[in-house]
Amino acid sequence: MDVKYVANLAKIKLTPEEADKLQLQLDNILSFFKDLENLNTENIEPLSHVLDVKNVFRDDNPKVSISKEEILDLAPEKNDDFIKVPKVIG
Amino acid sequence: MELYNLSAVELTEKLKNKELDSATLYAHFLERIKDVEGKIKAFVRYNEKPCHLIKNKDNYPLNKGLYGLSVAIKDNICIKGKETTCSSKILQGFKAPYDATVISKLKEAGASFIGQTNMDEFAFGSSTETSFYGVTHNPWELERIPGGSSGGSAAAVAAGEVTVALGSDTGGSIRQPAAMCGVVGLKPTYGRVSRYGLIAFASSLDQIGTLSKTVEDAALIMNIISGKDERDSTSCDVETPDFIEVLKGDLKGLKAGIPKEYFIEGLNSEVKAAVDEAIKVFKKLGVEVEEISLPHTKYAVSTYYLIAPAEASSNLARFDGVQYGVRDKASDLMQMYKNTRAEGFGQEAIRRIILGTYSLSSGYYEAYYLKALKARAIIANDFKEAFKRVDFILTPTTPTTAFKINEKIDDPLQMYLSDIFTIPVNLAGIPAMSIPCGFDSKKLPVGLQIITKAFDEATMLKVGYGYQQNTSWHKEKPNL
Repeated sequence: MDVKYVANLAKIKLTPEEADKLQLQLDNILSFFKDLENLNTENIEPLSHVLDVKNVFRDDNPKVSISKEEILDLAPEKNDDFIKVPKVIG
Repeated sequence: MELYNLSAVELTEKLKNKELDSATLYAHFLERIKDVEGKIKAFVRYNEKPCHLIKNKDNYPLNKGLYGLSVAIKDNICIKGKETTCSSKILQGFKAPYDATVISKLKEAGASFIGQTNMDEFAFGSSTETSFYGVTHNPWELERIPGGSSGGSAAAVAAGEVTVALGSDTGGSIRQPAAMCGVVGLKPTYGRVSRYGLIAFASSLDQIGTLSKTVEDAALIMNIISGKDERDSTSCDVETPDFIEVLKGDLKGLKAGIPKEYFIEGLNSEVKAAVDEAIKVFKKLGVEVEEISLPHTKYAVSTYYLIAPAEASSNLARFDGVQYGVRDKASDLMQMYKNTRAEGFGQEAIRRIILGTYSLSSGYYEAYYLKALKARAIIANDFKEAFKRVDFILTPTTPTTAFKINEKIDDPLQMYLSDIFTIPVNLAGIPAMSIPCGFDSKKLPVGLQIITKAFDEATMLKVGYGYQQNTSWHKEKPNL
């Protein structure tokens, strides 16, 4: 694993020291995972949901939800009815 | 006996009969918190006044009323208007704009909320040491960890600061701290309790559950919080039995399985001895005990630590400084994301996000994530096979008793291995409960894990209750 590359994918800034420490720890963890190679998973269906439930639908009736004001109040920065962020294109 | 040593069932009975009023009881628990919280630090924040006041409600449905009893809530379950932070810096100041479904249900049942309990940041950990707000101390020996990630909830119940608390369990986060603090910790079947308003860690594994002094108290809270919720499409439309009613009756004729893979090297001999004694108690109660095999147990830790961080890396993508929580200053949007996440997340959160991002990334997905999902199917099938032969499974909850603060914090792999006996249950989605079953020579509590098949919490509770009717480990209190 290239920690710096993956940290960039995950949008986390790392100092060189942090990256080095993580590289060691994660290499160690990944080598522990190698035991899974000994498990034969041929013809096994991956299990992503444990319960035997199918797609669940409900009637599409609008209900009272959280107000726009309450949501905007949580934002670190806002401008009228919008959440404000730093510039996107340099 | 001090009121804080009574069970929830005993206290609600007194509240119902007006031997006690809820304001007096609340003040009693606040006083207890003020007496011991300096040593324990179980709470991230607590309320001088009850956060929810019940009004003119004296008659709740049978076995469902709390009559104003105070309850503590893990800091990852949303209470409207209250700061809810997952014990992370990145959510500092975030006031939940809605109630989690379990909170709405507890309010209807007459709960007052006394505070929010400390946890490993975003529930990433087994010791409550990764909290931004500091370490929680084990009430049985203060220089030891309370377990985690629901360590604050477990320690608060053990220290008598509250009678019952909610936690969440993704890989053992209710059962492991319950075992280490000498209390009862119940993780329901995946889908039994709504996750709406639980800040997600790993959505296919997370489940809200209870920490309490007795099995009967766990049954009481399960009566209140269980059930299908249209706001959580993974919650299941299954009947909720009266979990207090099902406690009655003896255990004669039930079959218990003891999986040989849980009695391995690395299991502390004093923990093993306490569990062996507990098995003898069940034999005396007429339970048939047989050795069984869960042959793929050894793959569970690897499987879990691929699946859970993968889901976490996806769930935690929302914490980017845009809509809520803390934002770090930067001149453009991309730097703002990166700075905010670097500043807002602690070391373990960053480790898991990077691990999860990697196992989902192009070129590695099949070797890691997909392989783990297949291993998960095999591990879940082990339990299905076992439950064809037995009604419940008994194991130690943890391989050791509580370890020392700082002992494992710089060795993430060793920390991950402390969940070795609790993880397989989450992968299979089945219910399990830890109950106190003795102490080691340092007077640190040992936990016994009871596992049943999906949606059979009734058998699990009955078995745990039967044990507690015939033993007194759960009545022992730490000396604070």
